[in-house]
Amino acid sequence: MFSRRRFIKSSAALGATGLLIPSMACSRDAMFGPNELPQGFLDSASLEILPGKLPLVRKSFRPPNFETPVNYFQEAFTPNNVFFVRYHVANIPEVDGAAWKLKIGGDAAGKAIELTLDELKTQFEQVEINALCMCSGNRRGLFQPHVAGVQWGHGAMGNARWKGVRLKDVLAKAELKKEVLEIGLDGTDSGVMDKSPDYVKSIPVWKALDENTLIAFEMNGEPLPHWNGYPVRLVVPGWTATYWMKHLTAINVSAKPVEGFWMKQGYRIPKGKFPIVQRFVSQDTEANTPVTEMVVNSMFTNIIEGLQFAADTSIDARGVAWDGGFGIATVEVSIDNGQTWRRAELGKDLGKFSWRQWSFRFRFDQPGQYFLMARATNIIGTTQTFELIPNPAGYHHNVVQRIKVDVS
Amino acid sequence: MARYTLKWSLLCCLASTGVLADESNIRLKSGPGLEKVQAYCSACHSLDYIQMNSPFPDRKLWEAEVNKMINAFAAPIPKEDVPVIVEYLVQQYGKP
Repeated sequence: MFSRRRFIKSSAALGATGLLIPSMACSRDAMFGPNELPQGFLDSASLEILPGKLPLVRKSFRPPNFETPVNYFQEAFTPNNVFFVRYHVANIPEVDGAAWKLKIGGDAAGKAIELTLDELKTQFEQVEINALCMCSGNRRGLFQPHVAGVQWGHGAMGNARWKGVRLKDVLAKAELKKEVLEIGLDGTDSGVMDKSPDYVKSIPVWKALDENTLIAFEMNGEPLPHWNGYPVRLVVPGWTATYWMKHLTAINVSAKPVEGFWMKQGYRIPKGKFPIVQRFVSQDTEANTPVTEMVVNSMFTNIIEGLQFAADTSIDARGVAWDGGFGIATVEVSIDNGQTWRRAELGKDLGKFSWRQWSFRFRFDQPGQYFLMARATNIIGTTQTFELIPNPAGYHHNVVQRIKVDVS
Repeated sequence: MARYTLKWSLLCCLASTGVLADESNIRLKSGPGLEKVQAYCSACHSLDYIQMNSPFPDRKLWEAEVNKMINAFAAPIPKEDVPVIVEYLVQQYGKP
């Protein structure tokens, strides 16, 4: 365990030029996330090591929920050994890749098939895609008023190169019947009690047949880490990570809506409140709808609240912006609390499902207190919100960041 | 840049010591009902879920959470122990 206090001295510097580090830099422990997080989390926060990972911000030990310290988001691709970890249930067997099999069947499959890892890798065309994997509840801990759940800061996401085979190519082998409605997904993890609901999800068949939806076995050029789904996981670019089933073992080709707690109760948002384009209508109710694609969003990666800067010094602010797969059009930055905005420079386009890095060079003319903000807009014209869109389970937080900094 | 390197090396050093995540370090506040909370809640999840989700929940929310564990997640908590657990959570980890 690595406690908050021991980390204070080393947690501040993020690398922006023009930065002053006071002796008690970032006394609110920026490494663990913003001070809007619930006090009970901040008081007990620690960095912890899971086997094969570098220290990550612990949210919970069991099931393991660990977020990536945000300074790692300055890299275009998030290294596997710091990629965030999110589980719903606590039985997580280590899978033997040589013995692993993927079963595909169901009432809307013409035939049931099984594939070994070797067959999966050799019988289908391999493709690689850059995509951001982000928990639906990333930033839940910033909701005001707070809502119950894993109190994520900004770090329940990561950008990676995913290599695998197209789900649609694999499904073709199972001969989909015309009545197919949803593709159900199950992995090896399960609940502790016999009767606790297994983590089972589904996606609409149109999304399953999208050429970008993959069964992935590599991440950033290496086999998937255990904590990120070894030996294979689903990759649903643009959609939140709830559908990216880890340790995938069973695919259910279903003519009916897939049931279960994680479809019917979990991961739902009120209808009509979010600018969502892609719909999952077979799971709709009168009141709510499943979460689908990520909403447009952005963040600073090298500036955090509490940092001090020198006036009249050039500062190179950096960040990332992303959306649900339409692509980022602009990122605008304000250093005067939102009164005026200027365009940031966008980094290399790594594909519409990747996040987009951005940078913004500026200087503070005079000493004082400033509020930095960044706002992304995507190519279909949706942008971030300034006011939280409340929803009971705390999804889709894309409120424009507002970071207070002191300039001397 | 020097500071950045320092932090990086610190993290790597920490990793190489191999001190793995261990939930036995969690210490909940003492108070009536703690034993039952430890016994029932930790059967399925580590107790940092309680710390993390505090102190914002009011009594209604803590009741709803305990009932969710029983009804949705099949936590085997006897009926007579529910008020004891809820009272502990409200008193120790509830809205002040």
